[in-house]
Amino acid sequence: MKVVVDYDLCESNAVCMGIAPEVFEVRDDDFLYVLQENPPEEMRPKIEEAVRRCPKQAISIEG
Amino acid sequence: MVLDTVLIVGGSLAGLNAAETLRQEGFGGTIAVVDGEPQIPHDRPPLSKQVLSGAWPPEKATLPGANADLDLTWHLGRRATAVDLAHHRVTLDDGSSLNGEALVIATGATPRRLPWMDGVGGVHVLRTLADCLAIRDRLEAGASRVVVVGAGFIGAEVAATCRERGCEVTIVEALPVPLERALGPRMGPLVADLHRDHGVEVRTGTMVDGVATGDDGDVTGVVLAGGEVLPADLVVVGIGVAPATGWLDGSGLDLDDGVLVDANLWAAPGVVVAGDIARFPSRRFGAVLRVEHWENAIQMGQHAARTLLAEAAGADLGALDPFDPVPWFWSDQYDRKIQLAGRSGADHEVEVVIGSTDERRFVALYGKDGVVRGVLGWNRPRHVMQLRHLVDDAVAWADGLAEARALA
Repeated sequence: MKVVVDYDLCESNAVCMGIAPEVFEVRDDDFLYVLQENPPEEMRPKIEEAVRRCPKQAISIEG
Repeated sequence: MVLDTVLIVGGSLAGLNAAETLRQEGFGGTIAVVDGEPQIPHDRPPLSKQVLSGAWPPEKATLPGANADLDLTWHLGRRATAVDLAHHRVTLDDGSSLNGEALVIATGATPRRLPWMDGVGGVHVLRTLADCLAIRDRLEAGASRVVVVGAGFIGAEVAATCRERGCEVTIVEALPVPLERALGPRMGPLVADLHRDHGVEVRTGTMVDGVATGDDGDVTGVVLAGGEVLPADLVVVGIGVAPATGWLDGSGLDLDDGVLVDANLWAAPGVVVAGDIARFPSRRFGAVLRVEHWENAIQMGQHAARTLLAEAAGADLGALDPFDPVPWFWSDQYDRKIQLAGRSGADHEVEVVIGSTDERRFVALYGKDGVVRGVLGWNRPRHVMQLRHLVDDAVAWADGLAEARALA
């Protein structure tokens, strides 16, 4: 599983960070950083929730 | 009960998330979705921003679930006019009817209108894609003097988008403080200040009497109480919405500013309700709430679908986790991102804990009854998310202030 963020869409609402802080981090510069591009499979439900609740639909999962 | 067909009335964010969750949870029957708009449902937040500004083509705002392989039977451009709850039968505006074993009510809300609006060219509300495109067309045809009636979030976002397109913009708000209900009396005025910084005239405590029109029936101005006329070639009225419950009159459902549901969004056997139309009991806030936020629609759609499936499986609904998340919304205006997790109110304490209101980049906490009730951020998305749990855990006010200040 690979987490892909479309940075042209991302507006750093940080919803993903609220759901999966192990993977997504919005830092003080207000930009989103992906901490684990290939998170373990057991995190899939959380990542899917982050995909669904992203207000900009900026996150997708490959694989 | 065997569930073969689920009818979803209202295919926007809440209805579509209910459909998606039904499929994710393995429901293999028919899902019929009725929606009053003629096209596959759109995400609404971009309608006051990216689509209105012209930065996005409308297709870019299509809800992703609408294109997903959910095997939905769409009834687009059709409105429900009546319901028979006992038989889960919905009558549509073309006289046809649909039957199922379960019903998801998600018809949302419709914008409130003012009596002088009807039939006047260039006067709009903003809720649907058609509304958005009508306003955009007007701007592209050269409208340059815009009056926004109502300083709520929709009005404020429309004002910002029009201002960024180079229009002269005036916001007229009847209340003395804009956004007082959403942000409280101390934080609400900051939104007016933000707009004034960008050259928008903000007139609070000002009532509108009507419009002036030209020979062609198009708006030429907004008439204020007292007689002053604000010249305008485009007027957008954003004075809130009313839940779209008209088709449920006489159904037996408990209608009171929305459809009253229980803690699992259940309203009657095989009937659940989600989105802007649902009024649910929140234990967390000790109140019955109707929440009009984007994220709430997603979460309610998910929860309502699970409630239906649990009921069909014969589960004890009282044993399910109740629906009671911390509400959250955002509003983008100019280069500011305003976010609120939890709630605020005129009777809440409020304290800025990170940054300052002068730099328009800060976090403020709202408190009531000795606990943290809300976290407001202006361009502080990270901190809002980190502090959202203060509301979730009802952290004591002093402890919440200390934790928030430690992040600064």
